[in-house]
Amino acid sequence: MANFYTDNHDLKHHLHHPLMQKIVALKERNFTEAEKYDFAPTDYADAMDNYEKVLEVVGEICGTTIAENAEDVDHQGASCSNGRAYYADKTVDNLDVCRKAGLMGMAMPRRFGGLNFPITPYIMAAEIVSRADTGFENLWGLQDCAETLYEFGSEEQRAKYIPRVCEGETMSMDLTEPDAGSDLQSVMLKATQKEDGTWVLNGVKRFITNGDSDIHLVLARSEEGTKDGRGLSMFIYDKRNGGVTVRRIENKMGIKGSPTCELVYKNAPAELCGSRRMGLIKYVMALMNGARLGIAAQSVGVSEIAYREAKQYAEERRQFGKAIIEFPAVSEILSVMKAKLDASRALLYETSRFVDMYKIYEDIARERKLTEDERAEMKHYSRLADALTPLAKGLGSEYCNQNAYDCIQIHGGSGFMKDYACERIYRDARITSIYEGTTQLQVVAAIRHVTTGTYTKLIESYQADGFGGNLAPMAEMLKAQTALYEEAIAKVTENGNQKLLDFMARRLVEMAGSIIMSYLLLQSAKVDEGFEKTATVYTKMTQALCADHIDFIRNFKDEDLAAYGIE
Amino acid sequence: MSLNIIVLAKQVPDTRNVGKDAMKEDGTINRAALPAIFNPEDLNALEQALRLKDGHPGSTVTLLTMGLPRAAEIVREAIYRGADCGIVLTDRALGGADTLATSYSLAQAVKKHGNYDLILGGRQAIDGDTAQVGPQIAEKLGLPQVTYAEEILEIKDGKVIVKRRLEHGVETVCAPMPCVVTVNGSAAECRPRNAKRVMKFKRAASPSELAKLPENVVSMVNANPELQIAEWGAAFVEADPEQIGLAGSPTKVKTVENVVFTAKESLCLENNDEQIENLIKDLIANHTIG
Repeated sequence: MANFYTDNHDLKHHLHHPLMQKIVALKERNFTEAEKYDFAPTDYADAMDNYEKVLEVVGEICGTTIAENAEDVDHQGASCSNGRAYYADKTVDNLDVCRKAGLMGMAMPRRFGGLNFPITPYIMAAEIVSRADTGFENLWGLQDCAETLYEFGSEEQRAKYIPRVCEGETMSMDLTEPDAGSDLQSVMLKATQKEDGTWVLNGVKRFITNGDSDIHLVLARSEEGTKDGRGLSMFIYDKRNGGVTVRRIENKMGIKGSPTCELVYKNAPAELCGSRRMGLIKYVMALMNGARLGIAAQSVGVSEIAYREAKQYAEERRQFGKAIIEFPAVSEILSVMKAKLDASRALLYETSRFVDMYKIYEDIARERKLTEDERAEMKHYSRLADALTPLAKGLGSEYCNQNAYDCIQIHGGSGFMKDYACERIYRDARITSIYEGTTQLQVVAAIRHVTTGTYTKLIESYQADGFGGNLAPMAEMLKAQTALYEEAIAKVTENGNQKLLDFMARRLVEMAGSIIMSYLLLQSAKVDEGFEKTATVYTKMTQALCADHIDFIRNFKDEDLAAYGIE
Repeated sequence: MSLNIIVLAKQVPDTRNVGKDAMKEDGTINRAALPAIFNPEDLNALEQALRLKDGHPGSTVTLLTMGLPRAAEIVREAIYRGADCGIVLTDRALGGADTLATSYSLAQAVKKHGNYDLILGGRQAIDGDTAQVGPQIAEKLGLPQVTYAEEILEIKDGKVIVKRRLEHGVETVCAPMPCVVTVNGSAAECRPRNAKRVMKFKRAASPSELAKLPENVVSMVNANPELQIAEWGAAFVEADPEQIGLAGSPTKVKTVENVVFTAKESLCLENNDEQIENLIKDLIANHTIG
């Protein structure tokens, strides 16, 4: 029986990062809940043991039921009739097993029925689920909408909805509309307040993942006559009240088990969540940041399965009298796949730890006033999380697409046939670099951390760690890449040409991301020499990428922009 | 009504994943190479018990297993999935038991436990594949038995109604309780381990496990009866020394041989109905088919 947690030692490595000690102590408020809840940990080691044991449950369910169901789910897909969306039969089974295993609402507080897990082990579970069935990760992973409900809802709303999520009811975030995709300021769904103070929703939402869920978070225009983001509020729609129907579901390329719905709201009763006018500018931004981290985890799961499928095939497939993995051309592809996988995973968990640090402080601030030091630390990690989330999502999703492509390449002609999983992996991977903000939008979110120096500071802190032995020459080389990165920033920003900066943003962000991931792999290799190979391969890739980009930037003149249609 | 259910289970080597090193040169099982698992059909039986518990609040599910002290592992596994508690019947004197001695020992443990409405177990264990222990326990306890159960449909008027999966169809039977029901692999799969239960019961331990654990864990377990896995010996269940272990086992293994199936002869047939018909007749006559 496969277990997707225990068969992957790298997960344990990332789970046991030194920063976890602080995260866990804060999250567990110094282990004071153990007196109240018989499943709460009594100390750090106990908490880590809990995470591991629960991840073993996740790994077992994923390695058996969910992975085995993935092909059937892909074939049957979700369906729509009489205004409702229906899951594939095996998706229903998957949800059922996750509910029974108590894997819904993992990060929610115990008082609402959750497991009170930090984001990091929860995100690890998401990665494992995605490896088993990428589309199912969407349905399961939408439980992190509960995080937003917890952060911004009233205590009454928390007590009403979060226990239901922990019991296994599903969620959706109803944001996109036909004319409001990347540009959510244009959302038109109308929220009207009745005389008794309650709200109703009217309008249409499109491309809503799991749109027929039990509990919806809805972005709607509450301020009549407004046209921008400041007229939008967030609402909770409870399916039990009725008023929303599914007009159709999309016929998609991949993640077919996850129904993507067009929703019609007709006087659908809804509750305002948080304050009016804060819907987009505060709540949805928080919601999207959480969702982006989820997609980053989904992407790493895809990279993992793509790499495993490719490696297994390359070891088994024999041509010219030997396994094809023995040919340098093939083993290079596999090494690069592994490097991208390891790099994006290292970044994923670095990001999730930073998210944990600031979110836990935010939560503590709901109970008591933070000390000055704590406030400073919260701000520090909040900024880092904000800087790393678009990198983890943007670069991780691109890597998983590249790995899915290479997985098919390793399979040769067989990979083009429907007989192997790699074909499904390729289709499922494709959406990761599009939804929750395209890679291009992640670059937009990341570029200010290039220009304001967040990345540079982080890189300097990594350099300060010091690396000896085999890692020393790699660290030395990365210093040189960092110098190139800084030269590139200086060159692109020297004349204050915003269009040049927009045009070059992708290159600068890629350089920053590559250098950061290289350092993270060096850190991993410092603890576990098993990472030395991928650290070597990945730092070489970083060197080549930086050389390529700096060369392009050095030789680029402002007037060249015209050739790219930029006036 | 609430029910007291005993689920019989066995910790077995995972014979489904047999590699090259599964057998030692002397023909015995290389246990180190085969992970010890919860016998699969016993998990099916556990699920039936847990469903009854779901439908009959206040019921208790007790896992009973005979084996080495490490069989406490499957008691914990059952508790993680929803069982209330468990007993490991373990004793050097019980070692080397065949199905007769095993069923006697387990029947003694069931008697000692007392207070049961239903005894459930898997149809058979994947290491021995005898399917004898469940029925023998029923005989020794003088209870009715229902074998090949696929689903326990209902408990009504002190009776259990069971759907049986037989070779050529399905049969629904009714048996007065208490009785023994052995469950097929075709029954519903067992529910997964539950995250909260895993965290709550991970310290559940038997006395021989506690002997190797640090003092703080021991006192935690001692303070909480829910975390205590019972460990019973032969004397405790008042077993007759003549009927247990090797002494109580009439079955003696003489030799173990590797059987390799090979095609020794081949037959060439003409492509006509007569020759095919003759072949079918031959195959029926020698019981290859039919």
